[in-house]
Amino acid sequence: MHNIFVYCEIDEGQVADVSLELLTKGRKLANELDCKLEAAVIGHNLKGIEKEIFSYGVDILHLADDKRLAPYTTLPHTHLVVNLFQKIKPDVALFGATSVGRDLAPRVASKMKCGLTADCTSLVIGDHKDNKSGKEYKSLLYQIRPAFGGNIIATIINPETRPQMATVREGVMKREIFDKTHKGSLKTIKVDELLTDDLFPVQILERHMEKKKINIKVSPIIVSGGYGVGSKENFELLYELAEVLGGEVGASRAAVDAGFADHERQVGQTGVTVRPKLYIACGISGAVQHTAGMSESAKIIAINNDPKAPINQIADYSIIGDIEDIIPKMIKFYKKNTK
Amino acid sequence: MSFRIIVLAKQVPDTRNVGKDAMKADGTVNRGALEAIFNPEDLHALEQALLIKEKRKDAEVILLTMGPPRAADIIREALYRGADKGYLITDRKFAGSDTLATSYVLSLAVKKLAPFHLVIAGRQAIDGDTAQVGPQVAEKLSLPQVTYTEKFIEIKDKEVSIQRRLERGVETVSTPLPALVTVHSSAASCRPRNARLLMKFKHARTISELQEETKDYTEMLNNKPYLQIDEWGVSDIDAGEEQLGLSGSPTKVKKIENVVFAAKESTLLSSEDNDIDRLMKELIDSHVVG
Repeated sequence: MHNIFVYCEIDEGQVADVSLELLTKGRKLANELDCKLEAAVIGHNLKGIEKEIFSYGVDILHLADDKRLAPYTTLPHTHLVVNLFQKIKPDVALFGATSVGRDLAPRVASKMKCGLTADCTSLVIGDHKDNKSGKEYKSLLYQIRPAFGGNIIATIINPETRPQMATVREGVMKREIFDKTHKGSLKTIKVDELLTDDLFPVQILERHMEKKKINIKVSPIIVSGGYGVGSKENFELLYELAEVLGGEVGASRAAVDAGFADHERQVGQTGVTVRPKLYIACGISGAVQHTAGMSESAKIIAINNDPKAPINQIADYSIIGDIEDIIPKMIKFYKKNTK
Repeated sequence: MSFRIIVLAKQVPDTRNVGKDAMKADGTVNRGALEAIFNPEDLHALEQALLIKEKRKDAEVILLTMGPPRAADIIREALYRGADKGYLITDRKFAGSDTLATSYVLSLAVKKLAPFHLVIAGRQAIDGDTAQVGPQVAEKLSLPQVTYTEKFIEIKDKEVSIQRRLERGVETVSTPLPALVTVHSSAASCRPRNARLLMKFKHARTISELQEETKDYTEMLNNKPYLQIDEWGVSDIDAGEEQLGLSGSPTKVKKIENVVFAAKESTLLSSEDNDIDRLMKELIDSHVVG
């Protein structure tokens, strides 16, 4: 059985968004390859968690429930995943590029001696012919990711080793329920037989987690600011426009680095990928780092005082001028002409 | 026995400052146009080691880097900041290594420096952003790992406690030693070069560098043996050749593309009232907003 596998991460008792996004992608890959979608949840108090997971099209769910497994620590999770891989031999294995996935996946890959590609932005099935040996490979996973600070896009393959492992950041893939009535089979991992004391050298002494505050990915309208906005004070204008239009505020990496906005608002390769119906880019020059995370927006308006800024090339409308001048005019017209 | 800390570091092209001449006409990266720097998060890792050295008189900080001969630059940078010694792992046979092959080589070199207490590395390098080498070295050495480290809370002989910086909070963990730790960019920045150490180590050289030098270093090295930077190749670390370079790397690069976005039909507007009003009217009429 050579299936697609997704490691489902548990975040504050819920299946993490990134895992649901990976299940959505995994289901599509499984359909294309005509194989099954398998997943594992490793944690504690997981009763009933299968219901949501099955609705994303999972055929086989492996469950490891034990109080020693939550919160996440490296070695027990690695041990259970490696043990499972040796048994089910998946063709493809996907992990979220979170602090958990990026801690776990490399350790698993090292143990399995297989290839792992971090932070993929696209996963596609394709064939490959090795030019040297002439050997042909069918239906490999093309792991596509930006490299070199985002200036190149590399397609990585693992021709010889299995599973073909990849991590993907939250917000990069779309999340869609496959079928609310889809029923998979549930398999319980015999935790007691597998967990030994030597897997627990690292002890968690204390944890302070904050609730997730904002999630700009789900917003249909995003007003985003770059370094050109100039200051944290000027960002207030963006918040005002976003509120009036019923949207959220996003930011470029440069604006976040300059302290104008929080990291959770960052759009781009090192932030989230967004696909709103309207994206208003204010004072954003349009570096690849940023546009890679928003170029699929349905409509793009760029407000910039540089007519040559690269953002204008992907914008549907480019307004040349200062945001201090333009945004209040937009707010004024909108308020006057809508209820 | 000293409290030995091995810092893993990488020399990387400065991808944060990619200028216009960074891409060649054929679309490939012009590595020569990018400055080679000490990977930023590895500097944070070095600082954590130096902070421990301030607290513990018996601490010894060793910098280990794998790379081409010119990566000796970052060993000198580490010596100028307070590291005690550096090793350059270099061999043509390492070329084309992915993270698995790299971690294999580094794990063998670390093993050769045993007994040690801590291996500290940056979380990730800016040319690849994978964050894989740290955990993979830990796995190959069967060491516990603590990633995303922000600071060390307590250092004991056989155990440390560490604060980790996660997406939405912090976590404090303890781990027995030896252990491997990767350091996050939110950790303390690295101290600058120390003028006295700069004078002391500015002539530190590897064997490959000495072969390039016109000046005769023989007498200087006899008087000051600490100026010799050790260089290890495949045979020094007893590496299995099939696990190195391209043959030891399960991941293959199938294709590299330059990032170019296709230009769309774009409407250029001014900041005049009628232009803005027209745009907003169109957005409202087409139900994009409202």
